[in-house]
Amino acid sequence: MLASISLSGTLGILALTTTLQLNGQPLTVPARISLAQLVDRLGYTGKRIAVECNGEIVPRSRYGETTLADGDQLEIVVAVGGG
Amino acid sequence: MNSFTIAAHTYRSRLLVGTGKYRDFDETRAAIEASGADIVTVAIRRTNIGQNANEPNLLDAVPPSRFTILPNTAGCYTADDAVRTLRLARELLDGHKLCKLEVLGDPKTLFPNVVETLRATETLVREGFDVMVYTSDDPIIARQLQDLGCVAVMPLASLIGSGMGILNPWNLEIIIAEAKVPVLVDAGVGTASDAAIAMELGCDGVLMNTAIAAARDPIMMASAMKKAVEAGREAYLAGRMPKKIYQATPSSPEGGVIGAVHKAA
Repeated sequence: MLASISLSGTLGILALTTTLQLNGQPLTVPARISLAQLVDRLGYTGKRIAVECNGEIVPRSRYGETTLADGDQLEIVVAVGGG
Repeated sequence: MNSFTIAAHTYRSRLLVGTGKYRDFDETRAAIEASGADIVTVAIRRTNIGQNANEPNLLDAVPPSRFTILPNTAGCYTADDAVRTLRLARELLDGHKLCKLEVLGDPKTLFPNVVETLRATETLVREGFDVMVYTSDDPIIARQLQDLGCVAVMPLASLIGSGMGILNPWNLEIIIAEAKVPVLVDAGVGTASDAAIAMELGCDGVLMNTAIAAARDPIMMASAMKKAVEAGREAYLAGRMPKKIYQATPSSPEGGVIGAVHKAA
């Protein structure tokens, strides 16, 4: 797996990994990963979540076609108890 | 009599309840059932990355198929954060438009920032949201929020989670008298009589969370709140007797009391 090769995501086209900001934390993932693949890695497939990428909502139907890039700012949310 | 309408949807219960601060989802669900609420608020928060993705989900305990889920913007201090949160909520809830907007201004009092609230309202209404808005008990702000297109105006009774009850019934009466959309008291209710007073003032509904969740027996308090809202509504519709200050009138006949001696004419 590419994930096991630790290379910085900042090497441009040579990069084997990508570093995202996920819920305010850096996360390094294989380069060219799709949002659907990321959601699957996180164990959220089929769960009630919503995703924002760089300030824009990504509809569930577009997770597969959304390729994540270095520096992308992702927010993944759920409903929790509140008033 | 007890049904009411928000954004063209009719609801049986005038009591709206939150889902925060319960011991677990079983208690959450039991309290909501006891309250009889149709509309149930939820908060939107980041997932815990790296933690068990299979932990139970609130929306399994409180399914959108059974309840009208009202996502809130609790914790947001800017219009932008509130708008982003509700866009995420709409995606999370499959395009559901009804939302509760609250933009806070101060972490100690949780008092609403009405300037940011007005800004967020403009954006949300333009984007097609049905906005139920938490606000201060200022009648002018309430009117402006209504004029911007909010589907319900929800002034505080007192500070969020304080249980201090209805501090300014006079302002609430002004807001209710002028409103063309439903007015719900949101925040500050502490016990059943507070909810009844809100309804007697003519509120269309009451939204509460802590008053139920922080009671010693939340499920029994949820039941009490259900009755209080119904009782307050009936009292409002029945029309209370006028107050007669310092002027007693007996309920029983004044004549015919034993022992009275009538003098011959």
